Amino acid sequence: MKEFKISAIKEGTVIDHIPADQTFKVAQILRLGQYDDVLTVATNLKSGKMGKKGIVKIGGKFLTDKEVNKIALIAPSATVSIIKNYKVEGKQIVKIPDELDNIALCINPNCITNHTEMKTLFTVVGGKPVKARCHYCERCIDTSELEIK
Amino acid sequence: MQFKGRDVISIRDFTKKEILHILDTAKYFDSGNYKEHMQGKIMASLFFEPSTRTQLSFGTAMKRLGGKVISVSDPSTTSVAKGETLFDTISMVDRYADIIVMRHPVEGASRFAAEAAQKPVINGGDGANQHPTQTCLDLFTIQKAFGKIDGLKIGFVGDLKYGRTVHSLATALTHFKTEMMFVAPETLAMPKEYLDELDSKKIKYTVTEKIEDIINDVDVLYVTRIQKERFPDPMDYEKVKGVYIIKKKLLKNAKKTMRIMHPLPRVDEIAPEIDQTPHAIYFEQAGNGIPIRQALICLVSGVIE
Repeated sequence: MKEFKISAIKEGTVIDHIPADQTFKVAQILRLGQYDDVLTVATNLKSGKMGKKGIVKIGGKFLTDKEVNKIALIAPSATVSIIKNYKVEGKQIVKIPDELDNIALCINPNCITNHTEMKTLFTVVGGKPVKARCHYCERCIDTSELEIK
Repeated sequence: MQFKGRDVISIRDFTKKEILHILDTAKYFDSGNYKEHMQGKIMASLFFEPSTRTQLSFGTAMKRLGGKVISVSDPSTTSVAKGETLFDTISMVDRYADIIVMRHPVEGASRFAAEAAQKPVINGGDGANQHPTQTCLDLFTIQKAFGKIDGLKIGFVGDLKYGRTVHSLATALTHFKTEMMFVAPETLAMPKEYLDELDSKKIKYTVTEKIEDIINDVDVLYVTRIQKERFPDPMDYEKVKGVYIIKKKLLKNAKKTMRIMHPLPRVDEIAPEIDQTPHAIYFEQAGNGIPIRQALICLVSGVIE
């Protein structure tokens, strides 16, 4: 089967090395469903390291730190490149931050954050898989189980 | 060490040094000091969930300190029943009282209230999460009975899965050099996240389903009630109810100095024949709630340091 290259973007962001099964989730948490500039979402691409991977190219958009933190929660292996004039101008570090400030929902149905209109906050406590403690109900939760806001 | 203006929401918020200072302050009140440190001050006691000991002992503590108490113990008679948010209720009470004590069925509600209020908020229990003043009085009871906490073997028996007093006390004990022993049926075992925490702090512990495995070895036996409503299948409850009833016969070879604690209320997990033995300190434990709460009220109000 003939393979096609994914076209380059002039300016914007390339999120590469996404675990294949998380590709659409990355697009979802960045709210790209209604995006009206160039957008490429590709998954199940061959990858030497990962076997299969996903890639998201977003023309004309640069990610905020908060958006990169969200990606870190669901795809810690991802790399985020800043593209300017078709060249990689820099990389954004994808690392789970020490605190998850209003980016995820608590999975405890009896947590006050699920009963009141309010911000959420988690403190990352580490471990493998990485766990975070809800600032309010103090439940310790695998970050992979958190629902991104 | 700064206590003035602080909230008391979770035992996790306090260092070992701070916990020991709370216990030392409680000792001062326990020695019969009735000085009216809180004269002219008002404590709001907001109980959105039923409580006997906690509400009564906070009220007693404040009154012994010469302060006054305003209270809500039936939310159905307040604006909460009309749909008032917790934020609004707290913001209002914050302007009436000098200190707020709150029990709420929703986990994290006390932390949220503390963020809404300018005045100190003391958590009187938030759902299955925390009950820090109970933890302080448990530690105070152990310290009072043995003159120390370090070096003791502490057994927990009963509902270790849902019991917030067990979770908080085990967390607090990680500050000390103790050995913990957890006795529960598999369905009510100590949650993994707490055992992971003990592992990470290299605290020695054992897990068993048989109380006989530990009874002759422990210095403190912390007994909790197994609640029928925790079991989705009533058959499972029938299997475990009565397995951990503490009777004189069971204590035949226990250490003479062994002490039995219980956060109360008990149903039948400790036989009444134990009450008159030197092992029983659960009523004294409940009594220790007064000096502990006097200490915390005074410390966060800044009337003593």
